[in-house]
Amino acid sequence: MSEPSGKFVLEPERYEFAAAPMHQFELARRDFFKLLGAGIAVFAIAKDATAEQETAPGHRSFHNEEWPKDINAWLHIGEDGTVTGFTGKAEIGQNARTELAQTIADELRVPFESVRMVMADTALTPFDAGTFGSRTTPTITPQLRRVSAAARDILVEAAAKNWNVAPEGLVAADARVSDPASGRSLKYAELARGKTLAQNLPAEDPVTPAPQWTIAGRAIPKVDGRAFVTGRHQYTPDLRPAGMLYGKVLRPPSFGATLTAYDDSAAKAMTGVFVVRDGEFVGAAAPSADEAQSALDAIHAQWKEVPQIANKEIFSYLKQNAAAKTDDRFRKQRGSVEEGLASAAHRVDATYTVAYIAHAPLEPRAAVAQWADGKLTVWTGTQRPFANRDELADIFHLSESDVRVIVPDTGSAYGGKHTSDAAIEAARLARAAGRPVKVVWTREEEFTWAYFRPAGVIEVKSGIASDGTLTAWDFHNYHSGASGIDTPYVVLNQRTEYHPVPLILRSGSYRGLAATANHFARETHMDALTRAARMDPLDFRLKNLSDPRLRAVMEAAAKSFGWPHKKTQERQGFGLACGYEKGSYVATFAEVVVDKSSDAVRVARMVEAFECGAIVNPDGLRNQVVGAMIQGLGGALFEAVEFENGRIKNPHFASYRVPRFRDVPEIETILLDRKDIPSAGAGETPIMAVAPAIGNAIFDATGIRLNNLPMVPNGLRSA
Amino acid sequence: MAKRIELDINGKRYPVDYPADTALLYVLRDELGLTGSKYGCGEGQCGACTVLIGGAPRRSCQIPVSAAAAKPITTIEGLEKDGRLNPVQQAFLDAGAFQCAYCTSGMIISSVGLLQTNPNPSRAEIVQFLQGNVCRCGTHPRIIDAVQQAAKMIEEHGR
Repeated sequence: MSEPSGKFVLEPERYEFAAAPMHQFELARRDFFKLLGAGIAVFAIAKDATAEQETAPGHRSFHNEEWPKDINAWLHIGEDGTVTGFTGKAEIGQNARTELAQTIADELRVPFESVRMVMADTALTPFDAGTFGSRTTPTITPQLRRVSAAARDILVEAAAKNWNVAPEGLVAADARVSDPASGRSLKYAELARGKTLAQNLPAEDPVTPAPQWTIAGRAIPKVDGRAFVTGRHQYTPDLRPAGMLYGKVLRPPSFGATLTAYDDSAAKAMTGVFVVRDGEFVGAAAPSADEAQSALDAIHAQWKEVPQIANKEIFSYLKQNAAAKTDDRFRKQRGSVEEGLASAAHRVDATYTVAYIAHAPLEPRAAVAQWADGKLTVWTGTQRPFANRDELADIFHLSESDVRVIVPDTGSAYGGKHTSDAAIEAARLARAAGRPVKVVWTREEEFTWAYFRPAGVIEVKSGIASDGTLTAWDFHNYHSGASGIDTPYVVLNQRTEYHPVPLILRSGSYRGLAATANHFARETHMDALTRAARMDPLDFRLKNLSDPRLRAVMEAAAKSFGWPHKKTQERQGFGLACGYEKGSYVATFAEVVVDKSSDAVRVARMVEAFECGAIVNPDGLRNQVVGAMIQGLGGALFEAVEFENGRIKNPHFASYRVPRFRDVPEIETILLDRKDIPSAGAGETPIMAVAPAIGNAIFDATGIRLNNLPMVPNGLRSA
Repeated sequence: MAKRIELDINGKRYPVDYPADTALLYVLRDELGLTGSKYGCGEGQCGACTVLIGGAPRRSCQIPVSAAAAKPITTIEGLEKDGRLNPVQQAFLDAGAFQCAYCTSGMIISSVGLLQTNPNPSRAEIVQFLQGNVCRCGTHPRIIDAVQQAAKMIEEHGR
């Protein structure tokens, strides 16, 4: 993985940094139209810091055409009127494909059905740092709007020239340019015919403000929905190029184990089997997955293992191994925490922990690799096609232009598919076999050899005045990360600090990164302070909050939930939590009921209000919000990776419990549409407040305060 | 040892040569190109590979191909008839009951199986029946709605 470039700092977690490629090239327009056919093309040029996060100073494509520099979106209008939008973002279930097509249709004034998106193909789409950090909506929709607006201008000018009239009087609507004065009109397709017109967009073009959107802002169903309900859509594991072999990789018995003895003669003697040993990498490719596995089984390998810590010792380890001095970037201070604590009427100090958890995307890591004439093409479900391409180029000593990575719409990721592991394995085996090779990780491999959401310890010291005003806030996160670490509450005396610790298990991004851990600690702690102040949890928060957007989601959720809620049965409780991150705001309210005889905790109801500026597609957004709530419930209640001596002890769905139908409460979502605020992303923030809302409800029901995630892996009794 | 086995899938007969203990899922996907049935865990824990065998939902990753030979098999590819979606497929589409959709084939096939034995299931019965199907995107509420909607469509218009 590359180090931070120093140009920007997104999050201090691993894997969310990317260095820009080294080279700059100019576009050869001729070549662009050779690929896409005649018509009109418009390119958007990155012009500000936010756009730079997605783009890079140009790159050379797979076919060695020279792509434009500083480009992060482009658009092509074909001679048949088909509009194609290009972005390096990947579709991983978050429904970006639909909202991006909506955005183009809206701004270009064409029917939604005439737009298609080409996504996440390093040969065809602009460079992109990756599909993560809730960045697709805030960065790519404005870019696509600008190219669409510019394309519309080109079409209007072409029509004006055609009719020898001034462009100002012409109207673009419904895929046509019309002249109201004369009643003439021309279809976009007619205007694009025979042209090879490309324009780089300097682009200060005004775009359509949200209140005037007609196609964006609507609940348009997922593009290609029919292909998904009929099983026709081909995910990476479904691909079967001619002559393909199945690849399997020999995994060490534990993390960090090294080969000490190796004999593959029996495996190599098998018909049709290719065995590769390259350093610590051992794999086999064969005409069937069974035969590849048999070959691995026939390999005699001995490993030297190293002792490693277990999950039971992890939290004390993290505290002991934190860096003595932290980077200034990770520390914020205001006022005097010591004075604030000294002057407090009530003090609450507590320690919180979060376990390692797994993404467990239902489509496991997979890749199909194919070599031809020294060039490599890889199909793989990844969030970072360009980073995968660069890694493959690096590992196989190729130039970037000789590697093409294509991402079929993928069976989810949740931050878990940043790396190129399966792609590298398939490519290595395919090179040895001289034929395409597919590698699909087993569920056990997925649970073991992927990376995890890091564990963490969070220590909080705090004080309030007798009227409930926060006087001091001291918040330290060890290892899990700095996302969402800043308190949204008004506190004059505060210190927040993130303390990095060297990795124990391979760790990386997870939906919302450490925002879930930090919100769990903060919002649980706020609830404890509420009790100390003998105030209502909602009133206490509102008293200490000034941000009007956060107050708005709190008030909306409270109203729908019916807060304060009267208890209607024994061991019933209600809790709430809130926060903001990456430009979006969330408040979650939960009702739990604890079973009297078994002590099982059941989340009966959750209400969440969410606001992310102007909503591009309320239907897709609602799916993302509800999905985050249910995913968050797993990490809140029972998900945890168990490990000892470099082995994962629960690498199966039978032993690693994910939310299932019976766990799903009654759910209500309130989406606040702020058409006056630019759209933010929504993939992550809706997960953040789920765990503390549930934990606070458990406290309300039982008087038991749970400070460790997961809270009740074996029911309340063992918590 | 590979053995000639004849499978009856979606109304068509497929002779295949496979060791008798190979799981049906891999024959469907790797041999016959019926990739709508998904590998999610290979352990019968996630339901992504569900097919109907003799009308009953079964985890094809757990069924030896030899055991599947005697009965008609329906996979997700077999539900659409003459360009018309099965009511369950239509209801999933109408409800937007999928996100990444990797679990969708298994969800739809399981639900078709449920509605064949219980044409008007309650929410609790749907939850119970689909407990073995994992959706990681958290689309469960819409899936339940879709199954209930499909039940209504079948009641009104037939299968």
